[in-house]
Amino acid sequence: MQQDVVMDMRAPNAAAEAHSERRGVTGFGFYLYLLSDCILFATLFAAFAVLHAAVADGPTAHQLFDRRNAFIETAFLLSSSVTCGMAMLACDRRHITSALVALAATFILGAAFLALELTEFAHLVSDGAGPGRSAFLSAFFTLVSTHGLHVTAGLAWLVVIAVQLRQRGFSEGVVRRMFCFSLFWHVIDVVWIAVFSFVYLIGSAS
Amino acid sequence: MILGKLTLDAIPFDQPIVMVTCAMLLAGIGFVLGLITWLKRWKWLWTEWLTTVDHKRVGIMYVLLALVMLLRGFSDAIMMRSQQALAAGGGAGFLPPEHYDQIFSAHGTIMIFFMAMPFVVGLMNFVVPLQIGARDVAFPVMNALSFWLTAAGALLINISLGVGEFARTGWLVYPPLSELAYSPGVGVDYYLWALQISGLGTLLSGINLITTIMRCRAPGMKLGHMPIFTWTALAANMLIVAAFPVLTATFGMLLLDRYADMHFFTNEAGGNPMMFVNLIWMWGHPEVYILVIPAFGVFSEVIATFSGKPLFGYRSMVIATMAITLLAFTTWAHHFFTMGAGANVNGFFGITTMIISIPTGVKIFNWLFTMYGGRVRYTSPVLWTIGFMVTFTIGGMTGVLMSIPPVDFVLHNSLFLVAHFHNVIIGGVVFACMAAFTYWFPKAFGFTLNERLGKAVFWCWFVGFYLAFMPLYVLGLLGMTRRMSHFDNPAWTPYLYFAMAGAALILIGIKLQVVQLVVSIRTRRLRRDLTGDPWQGRTLEWSTASPPPAYNFAVLPVVDGIDAHWSARREGKSAQSALIEDIEMPKRSALGFVIAFLAVTGGFGMVWHIYWLGTVSLLAAVGYWIWQSWSEDDETTLPASEVRAIERTARLNTVRV
Repeated sequence: MQQDVVMDMRAPNAAAEAHSERRGVTGFGFYLYLLSDCILFATLFAAFAVLHAAVADGPTAHQLFDRRNAFIETAFLLSSSVTCGMAMLACDRRHITSALVALAATFILGAAFLALELTEFAHLVSDGAGPGRSAFLSAFFTLVSTHGLHVTAGLAWLVVIAVQLRQRGFSEGVVRRMFCFSLFWHVIDVVWIAVFSFVYLIGSAS
Repeated sequence: MILGKLTLDAIPFDQPIVMVTCAMLLAGIGFVLGLITWLKRWKWLWTEWLTTVDHKRVGIMYVLLALVMLLRGFSDAIMMRSQQALAAGGGAGFLPPEHYDQIFSAHGTIMIFFMAMPFVVGLMNFVVPLQIGARDVAFPVMNALSFWLTAAGALLINISLGVGEFARTGWLVYPPLSELAYSPGVGVDYYLWALQISGLGTLLSGINLITTIMRCRAPGMKLGHMPIFTWTALAANMLIVAAFPVLTATFGMLLLDRYADMHFFTNEAGGNPMMFVNLIWMWGHPEVYILVIPAFGVFSEVIATFSGKPLFGYRSMVIATMAITLLAFTTWAHHFFTMGAGANVNGFFGITTMIISIPTGVKIFNWLFTMYGGRVRYTSPVLWTIGFMVTFTIGGMTGVLMSIPPVDFVLHNSLFLVAHFHNVIIGGVVFACMAAFTYWFPKAFGFTLNERLGKAVFWCWFVGFYLAFMPLYVLGLLGMTRRMSHFDNPAWTPYLYFAMAGAALILIGIKLQVVQLVVSIRTRRLRRDLTGDPWQGRTLEWSTASPPPAYNFAVLPVVDGIDAHWSARREGKSAQSALIEDIEMPKRSALGFVIAFLAVTGGFGMVWHIYWLGTVSLLAAVGYWIWQSWSEDDETTLPASEVRAIERTARLNTVRV
């Protein structure tokens, strides 16, 4: 009985199975990390919900936010998710060039998103609506820039993956990292949709 | 500028108590470093421990850290007890108020974050992979990183003793007191950075252990076959992953208030201090269960083993554990009924608090029925378990008492509360740690501890606990509030003397524990565990050698029910009889140690506003991590012949018995 099980585990493609098993385990752990990250964001959302009206006689969301800018940001980030998905498809087909092109497109769209966000921040600060102005602005800047920091980290990660992909092709480690990166990037996208809805749409309507 | 706020004034030369303590600490560290140099053990230390990724060694290091921090936290406790006994009836005592405030803050912080947490996480690290028949945790390198980040936090907290100051705000740094306007010093910053660093370690370890339990079990082991300690570890780690991000975000907001002039919790510009209190207890209440649920697991293992019976009501135990896990998130507001949230909110949280005592009651009955009809061996782990059942029930009842909001309005911030939570944390978590220490010590080191001294330790702690904390219940009812360095009500004095005597008795217990370790190590030849199963255990960790080889199991056990080791032994089959093959082992890695080192320098830099140091450390850590990601070759193969040789030696030892 015991020997049967042991024999089963020694199937001819044991190495390939071990790799896919390891990717499964890593993916499981990474999902847990992403869940914990969502809770981190949920806490910041809760803080924003509590403090959104605490403007301390300063500017309100309605006066400050530019929905058009936020909409363009959203468009950039959503498109970057599409290109990220294309990179994963290329990865499945083991096609290096199209994977690199798709990753480059993801990087450019993500960087454009960040540039727009930083421009918005610069405008707000120069208008005297910096994070220290009121509790509302503290919560706003913290929530949005925590998301922005995730995008920044994602971009750095993306560069590492692209370099490794060029150097050694679709090695086990590179494929595993691409898989985790795509999960990460999509979750950041989902979080942004929540930011866009709760902060920019609902927030600026009231 | 280059050193930020750090000047020579940061070292409290004018406080003799602190300076003598620091001198003794430095002498102790110097002695240990000198000893390592003299014995030429640096290379051994580096390759065998500092860069190890073996879950057993990581677990042992966690517990070692916890024991050292227990000494530190207990020194704080005995200073508080003697201060209050000496300052009774209007005397000044020997501690100035600003020093006393730091001591009670450090006591709580260290005991929860750096004693109880590392102890429990260390136990889970050591035991869980063995119990589920795994070779290691899912992510061994990350596991080492988790430990080293925890150690980094502990180091930062202890640096605050000699360089600068610690928070004077209580162990949960409530704003607005902890805001820059009222705490301009570095004490709160030490607290925040140390806990952010160690909190990250705890989160990573939570992710790691859940993945291990869900994905790395031995062939045939279904969820319903898992030992109860593994179930409780799963529950505690789910709570860690769900609750610690809230802590990180909340401390992050307080840090932004202090460093970036923001207004989350200030009392100007629309800040909301009560939001901090809500958020911190949304983490804090689950944290209580993160500590005590694995404690329940320990008692379940101990009582089943030493009663020689399967645990009564396995299924109800699992359901009760999971019920507590869920309910843990619904009771946080009972920590601040006096906030003024209104009768309905308080009523809701009062009721959820009472409900959570029901699954806990189920567990108590399960343990009692496990003993009933069993052949109970009254070893010291069993004494701790029985002591726990009595003490924890009392603590639970005072808890239910305070869950009634009108009662809580009277008892809030009184010593009654202090007595209550020490009642459940010492009676629950500390007793469990002591039981687990004795129970799994032979598995970790290959010999048992001296039983006579072990029982003496138990009686000192048990009686000492009652002597130290029952008077505090009375004092709370008499109206004495917590965190007072002196007072002028002579009626309270006798109770404080009793409490002081209790603390002294616990001190004797701790000293006896050191004696027990020394005696046991010196006489280890007499108490070698050559069978791997000194207690007639029930679960898989007892089916491998003591201490287990690096790969834990030469052949992964095949499981088809609960108490896998017990049933395999009864049916006379060895779980290890099948073919031995090559084993893939994770390579040792310096990643955890290096990143934690950079976390200490970076954290220290941020505490003192030495921003270049913080930035350089962060960039170095990220750069090092990226550089590490280039090496994909993180496993090495242990050939079957070597495994066979190791197993043969182990078996020879067994035969010699």
